[in-house]
Amino acid sequence: MVRHILARVMAAVPTLFLIAAASFFLMRLAPGGPFDAERALAPEIAANLRHIYRLDLPLAQQFWLYLQSLLSGDFGPSFHWRDFTVNELFAKALPISAQLGGEAMALALIVGTALGLVSAIRQTGLVAHLVGAVALLGIIVPPFVVAPLLQLVFGLTLKSLPVGGWNEGAWRNQILPVVTLALPLIAAVARLTRAALIDVLDQPHIRTLRAFGLPAAHIYAHALRAASLPVLSYLGLAAANVLTGSVVVETIFGIPGMGRYFVDAALGRDYTIVMGTVIVIALLVTGFNLLVDLAYAWIDPRVRHE
Amino acid sequence: MNRPLTIDKAKTDRSLFARIAANPATLASALILGLMALACLIGPILSPHPYDRVYRDYVLIGPSLTAHPDTTEVDAAMSDIARRMRVEIAATQNDGTKLRATLTSDRPIDARALRYFDRSDIFAPAHIVSSEDEGRRLSLEAPLRREVFLFGTDANGRDLLTRILIAGRVSLAVGLLASFVALVIGVTFGAVAGYAGGRVDAVMMRIVEIVYALPFIFLVIVLTMIFGRNFILIFVAIGAVEWLDMARIVRGQTLTLKRRDYVLAAEALGAPARAILWRHIIPNALGPIAASLTLLVPRVILLESFVSFLGLGVQEPLTSWGVLISDGARTIQSAAYLLIFPALFLAVTLGALQILGDGWRGFFETRND
Repeated sequence: MVRHILARVMAAVPTLFLIAAASFFLMRLAPGGPFDAERALAPEIAANLRHIYRLDLPLAQQFWLYLQSLLSGDFGPSFHWRDFTVNELFAKALPISAQLGGEAMALALIVGTALGLVSAIRQTGLVAHLVGAVALLGIIVPPFVVAPLLQLVFGLTLKSLPVGGWNEGAWRNQILPVVTLALPLIAAVARLTRAALIDVLDQPHIRTLRAFGLPAAHIYAHALRAASLPVLSYLGLAAANVLTGSVVVETIFGIPGMGRYFVDAALGRDYTIVMGTVIVIALLVTGFNLLVDLAYAWIDPRVRHE
Repeated sequence: MNRPLTIDKAKTDRSLFARIAANPATLASALILGLMALACLIGPILSPHPYDRVYRDYVLIGPSLTAHPDTTEVDAAMSDIARRMRVEIAATQNDGTKLRATLTSDRPIDARALRYFDRSDIFAPAHIVSSEDEGRRLSLEAPLRREVFLFGTDANGRDLLTRILIAGRVSLAVGLLASFVALVIGVTFGAVAGYAGGRVDAVMMRIVEIVYALPFIFLVIVLTMIFGRNFILIFVAIGAVEWLDMARIVRGQTLTLKRRDYVLAAEALGAPARAILWRHIIPNALGPIAASLTLLVPRVILLESFVSFLGLGVQEPLTSWGVLISDGARTIQSAAYLLIFPALFLAVTLGALQILGDGWRGFFETRND
């Protein structure tokens, strides 16, 4: 087991290196630089700035220096947030994004699984149609429509919840962003759970359980376990993106998370923040893929014995 | 999925249409999509309002079925014009098609000041009916323009319905063309990787894996930054991001298809790899390709809306549903309809595509079994 994990981690190293290289050079391909402003800087000042941030070195050497600092866990200084390192910015932003994302995923897992279960048990009738409608709505009404509508209804009309802001993580400020983040996830989890459950409920081992006369709750618990595999794959893939913050949700609700830093940085050519975000996300993607694999082995004995 | 596809052209064609017709949801979706495309294509031509025409007197007019101007708008516009002309209004009479007004002033009124009526969006050019008191008392008649804004106007005073239809052209075109780009890249990449196999396959799939791990938004933002905010290049960029799933699917199909006897026979006869891919492998993988393509189109439309929402998409005065929604989100407190109508068009289109795609996929999956 430990050997398997180690092998996976080792295999991830070249991938991560290539991701760092690809994003580093892609970013430099984009026109413009971090110190472009409406009023051009005096040439001496611009040259000085470029020298301080080592932008005057050859590109390959810059990449080499960046990789070195990366290996010691240093993402470098931010170009726009003077006097802040990317590590300091991430230390503040990542927990916020991760908290919202984690809550949204938990909500989606509970509500989505429940909806999927209900609509798989009774595949026709009102409830199934309602669940189908919810699942479709989650796909066709994007977050950038849901978020302003929630603000309008709960913030401006009912005045029951704040329209935005983080407010040191007060629970009232978290409700609307979490719901917005969770809706598409709920839709996806419900669809996947339903499809997988319908599949599983047809299988011989479930028929055997029924033949033994086990209580329904017991049977569904068995079926859910088998049906959780596709949901797990999906959530593993989605987790890295959800936890590192949704650009739309953080922009609309004014939350100081990773997503907002990322878009501002990409537009302002703040190379180090962009690179840092890409690497954090890539690390999370790799980590969650490994976790999903391990969970597969834990849930499905057939995978374990292969 | 991996079992051979039996292609009996006449039979599959008939059963495809029969199947679509038999399922009311799929049929309705196809109809809605057709209507939507038709409306976006010819709607802006039929509309009385050009999509970039600014009506300065009709800013943020709410949606309504009745024609503008109503009496309060006429009165407001008339008193505004009178103020600009520096005259007093002695009497007005509005009969619904034209306004009769009597204006007075201490000095003779210059007839050239009637130009203020020409500039208004509410009145057609006015003419003088009678002039008394050496021009100090002027009776004039100004016909009213009749403008209908079904969905209201935006913050610049442009007709929302026309803009939604023009935006629909952009969104639908991006959806189709970007999907096409993704299709071409994905099918080529997947088929080559699967057919070549070995080290080439390993390298190519490692590339797919890397691009997968790059944050999707990062790629789109960087690509739009490199290409500039060019309308055509936006869907090239989106297509260049969305080809990964297609490549994986086609590769999987190719891996199984290339062991088939007819491929081996073609190889034995000395057919070049390109011909084998083109004649034997891609046609036989069309089912799964088509199925994933129909679900790709709504994803691409959504992605374009998202890019436009960030302000990286199409630029004014051209517009897309994403741009309209982001404008609407900004004025949500005063004019929620600016968000709701474009969102409705987007949602209906996405929903129809999704239902159609699900039905289509079901068709191919049952046929493969």
